[in-house]
Amino acid sequence: MKARYLIPLAIFLGMAVFLAIGLTLDPKKMPSPLVGKPVPQFNLTRLEDPQATFGSEDLKGQVSLMNVWATWCVSCRAEHRILVALAKSGKVPIYGLNYKDRRPDAQRWLQQLGNPYAANAFDADGRVGIEWGVYGTPETFVIDRQGIIRDKIIGPITPEILSQRLLPLIEQLQGNT
Amino acid sequence: MKKIRIPPLLLLLWLLGTAVPCAADMESYDFSGPVSEQRYKDLVGELRCLVCQNESLLASQAELAGDLRKEVYELMASGKSDQEVVDFLVARYGDFVLYNPPIRPATYALWIGPFILLLIAVLILYRTISRRNRRTGTELSEAERARVAALLGESASEKDSR
Repeated sequence: MKARYLIPLAIFLGMAVFLAIGLTLDPKKMPSPLVGKPVPQFNLTRLEDPQATFGSEDLKGQVSLMNVWATWCVSCRAEHRILVALAKSGKVPIYGLNYKDRRPDAQRWLQQLGNPYAANAFDADGRVGIEWGVYGTPETFVIDRQGIIRDKIIGPITPEILSQRLLPLIEQLQGNT
Repeated sequence: MKKIRIPPLLLLLWLLGTAVPCAADMESYDFSGPVSEQRYKDLVGELRCLVCQNESLLASQAELAGDLRKEVYELMASGKSDQEVVDFLVARYGDFVLYNPPIRPATYALWIGPFILLLIAVLILYRTISRRNRRTGTELSEAERARVAALLGESASEKDSR
């Protein structure tokens, strides 16, 4: 009969566990339905050169990162150092999608802070951003050789995300031929 | 010094004039064509803004919401059905954009959970009430009645003596 009095305690503990898990989740981070799908079709001018283009075809044939960034995005500045270091290591090419930005601003940013990008697509009106399901910069997509999106990082890349999530996945993808 | 009195009605009008209409910077679309305003508003009202997650696309001032409203309008104007527009957004942003999520295994708990909780609550309520009814017969025995009268009388006389 005593067990009856433990029921409220059990309910409380159950709720506490669920709510504690809930507190550790970030509602801003939603799984992208694009993971596991081919990269969206797009073709844009390059940030560096309005005459040249950059599109989905350029993302095939090698494991690469696609980083969505903008000069008005504060946390992009925070992650920029990490991208520069990663590019310097030569482990993986990084492509940029310069999202809803102005060309001179973005070019100046790269001159001042260093340019980790193998190439940048210039998405002035954010149309291609919508195709990629972008809702908060920075966002980083991991793309395999076949041009399939394998992971998506929402928010700035931290050293932990880089070493624990990105690099192992990149190595694994580069290993599979 | 003489106090200046502003007539209340004038004050009210002045204050009203300073109120900035909130929706003033929402873009306006041409609804004279194939897209009716009602249909557009119904649809964007059903879609969630991904930036400010408690607002619909219709209400949100976020820049992305504006871009998505434009996208929705243009898709509608190009002859897409409501379902096709919804599918377009779900393919890119996931079920999260829907305020009305579809029923599928991942959302069973969401749809059925509240009814299960309600059922459990009703069962507990039923059990509690029936047990209480069993325990306390409503009729008092003769002895109990006498005791009640004695107690009530006691407290009444106590009060009088104070």
